[in-house]
Amino acid sequence: MSDKLRLRFEKTGRAVYISHLDLMHTLQRAFNRAGLPLKYSEGFNPHPLIAIALPLSVGMASLCEIMDFKLKGEETPDLAALPERLTAAMPEGIAVTEAYAFTRKAAELKWLAVRGVLEYDERDPAEMAEELRAFYAQDAIVITKKTKRGMGETDIRPGIREITFTPGEKAVDITTILSAQEPTINPELLAEALRQLRPELAPDFAKFTRIETYDADMKIYR
Amino acid sequence: MDKRLERILPRVQKPARYTGGEYNQILKNKDEVDIRLAFCFPDTYEIGMSNLGMSILYETMNSLPFVWCERVFAPWGDMYAEMKKAGIPLYALESGDAVGDFDSLAFSIGYEMAYTTVLDMLDMAGIPLRTADRPGLLPLVWAGGTAAVNAEPMAPFMDLFVVGEGEELDNEVLTLLREAKLGGWSKHEFLTKAAQIQGVYVPSLYDVSYHDDGTVAAVTPRDGAPARVTKRIVSDLDAAPYPTRPIVPSTEVVHDRVSLELFRGCPRGCRFCQAGHVYRPLRAKKPETLIRQGIESLENTGHEDVTLLSLSTSDYRQLPALCDGLLEYCEPRSIGLSLPSLRADNFSMEIMERLQKVRKSGLTFAVEGGSQRLRDAVNKNVTEEDVLHTCSIAFAGGWNTVKLYYMLGLPTETDEDILGIAEMANQILHCWRVNAKNKNRGVKITISTSCFIPKPHSPFQWEAQIPLPEYLRRVNLLRSAITAKNVTYNWHDAETSLIEAVLSKGDRRVADAIEEVWRQGGRLDAWTDYFSFRRWMDAFENCGVDVDFYAHREAGRDEIMPWDHIDVGVRKAHLWSEREKCYRSELSPDCRHQCAACGAAKLLERGFTCDER
Repeated sequence: MSDKLRLRFEKTGRAVYISHLDLMHTLQRAFNRAGLPLKYSEGFNPHPLIAIALPLSVGMASLCEIMDFKLKGEETPDLAALPERLTAAMPEGIAVTEAYAFTRKAAELKWLAVRGVLEYDERDPAEMAEELRAFYAQDAIVITKKTKRGMGETDIRPGIREITFTPGEKAVDITTILSAQEPTINPELLAEALRQLRPELAPDFAKFTRIETYDADMKIYR
Repeated sequence: MDKRLERILPRVQKPARYTGGEYNQILKNKDEVDIRLAFCFPDTYEIGMSNLGMSILYETMNSLPFVWCERVFAPWGDMYAEMKKAGIPLYALESGDAVGDFDSLAFSIGYEMAYTTVLDMLDMAGIPLRTADRPGLLPLVWAGGTAAVNAEPMAPFMDLFVVGEGEELDNEVLTLLREAKLGGWSKHEFLTKAAQIQGVYVPSLYDVSYHDDGTVAAVTPRDGAPARVTKRIVSDLDAAPYPTRPIVPSTEVVHDRVSLELFRGCPRGCRFCQAGHVYRPLRAKKPETLIRQGIESLENTGHEDVTLLSLSTSDYRQLPALCDGLLEYCEPRSIGLSLPSLRADNFSMEIMERLQKVRKSGLTFAVEGGSQRLRDAVNKNVTEEDVLHTCSIAFAGGWNTVKLYYMLGLPTETDEDILGIAEMANQILHCWRVNAKNKNRGVKITISTSCFIPKPHSPFQWEAQIPLPEYLRRVNLLRSAITAKNVTYNWHDAETSLIEAVLSKGDRRVADAIEEVWRQGGRLDAWTDYFSFRRWMDAFENCGVDVDFYAHREAGRDEIMPWDHIDVGVRKAHLWSEREKCYRSELSPDCRHQCAACGAAKLLERGFTCDER
């Protein structure tokens, strides 16, 4: 059977609070419940062979998670039936949308389309949207963030391919395309940059949803 | 999701424990049920979701079509502070709705240190703490669990207690509550009717009077309530509902696995043990039932571990057949089978080898007493020979970790007994040197001691606890006697044990102190992170609770115990005779070999016998 199987799934609603590590256990059990036990690694501490392309922060939603997996046994299951079968075995908020044999490496995933909501309880959203546009139109946005070598300065601007702001109900809606890897621009940094550089623009709360995955040429990645 | 909640969840540790939404949770349409029930566990999600009783009763109560039973746990400190700050009341996990709007709150109270958390959860729900301050029928606040065998310290807070096993009893209470709600009954009308159900204890229908010396003079029922409340049990466990679709937490909990309950009750009769007496009579499930329920549960949950639960797993007669049946399913699927609560005396090579096929864990022995004389006195039927024999098999089989549990302060204990603990550790070390297959891996022997707590409905219910300084003296005596570097000694802090002793043996007058501790910020007292000895001692003093009276006083034979009106089946005369045997260092046989006529068998329905084969 093909060992190169991939799932695309959504993680929304209450499931956004399941951490990456807990999600791995949750998926493993869901595969068992669906009667599709995962293949395990050899060795002293066997672990199931699953890999999630871009781990999601706790609290962030996604419509486009990608997970590679290997199944126990010789036969390839009916891939077309897999999404429904697995979704039925998932906790609330996790839904499998596609299952397929993949060819492209995870490293080819380059851009992520993200939607965000910046909530402003007391401030005027139209005014905020205006200010945000000006802020993000700058050539460089250098923030301090934790890196592998302690705290460091990072310019997040090159990792933002597109970004638009639309005033909404007590909030400003963001639509953006962010670099998914090398460098990884976590959408949370969009709010963090405001907290560090323009605190008067910092929202009372920010939440984000991953919408779609793209390759370096902005073609949809699968 | 509540917007305020959405904002705080990203800031707290492990937010998935506050959201619900897990696989196998039960959702109902709230408009189609008559009773919305908040099933409250006064500890964290991780502890509560590991509790088999919660899991069983969640399923049985939800089997009533007119009830929607939802889970509620106590938030950890960070979440608690955020909820207070944001003005979010206690809510139920399934619906996210505020518990204060529910028809009823049912608490499962398994241990005394949860008492303050019960009060805190009521307060977080916006519900007055005392039954006297809740004049209406709804919300009905009730509790069950092991703590109900001495309900007195929590009596002023609860509308009613359910004593014993809840599978049938809880549903009878809920059925009556529905009738009361739809019929517009008063709270008093409901409570007097509920008191007629076997197993229901309505504290407000009993007046307690005291002698000048502080002991109970009389407990007098009113309005037709029974003089003694008799515990409920389920006679036929094979036919009893068992949750084979338990909720699968989406985050790590303490026991993340399928649990199979082998039997209820215990044939051993260790004299310090409350569980061994209050869960009688002995009722085992058939291996066929357990294998079927185990496989169903594994398939419905996707768990990769299954564990066997009981008070003394190796006393399950068909253990080999059960292990065979389960391993047949588990082995090809790499599912681990674990057996806690094995005893040292009949641990067989055969069973160990079978388990080894899948996984190898450490050996744990509850030895309890340091000498044979003391073990005989407390009726702990373990001999040094048993322990060494088991260890030799285990060491030869490749095990190299041994944990030994003891109690300090058991009745009749002497310094010689305590030094015997260190001696046994040395013997085990020697045994390892002689038997170990591979000495390069070393050996680790851990000794743990806790402080004996006299418990209601056990033969030692009349006993006094040793004072704190004396416990520490005994700890130091043992410490200085342990010299081998492979032997580690851990001792429990006895401050918690002292508070537990007061609460265990407490009467209604202790309630004020519990409330005072809560008012001073006490909650989650079972956690060392939050427990404050000072806060408890101050509260006892401020509320006039004499710690020595409850914890350090030996009670007289004819004294009325605060819990005497709760009948758990075992007769008081049996408990007393067991206590007397202790002082004669006399053993009582395992009740499967010789029935001691303890009285618990009377609880069985006609046609059933204790320890039926």
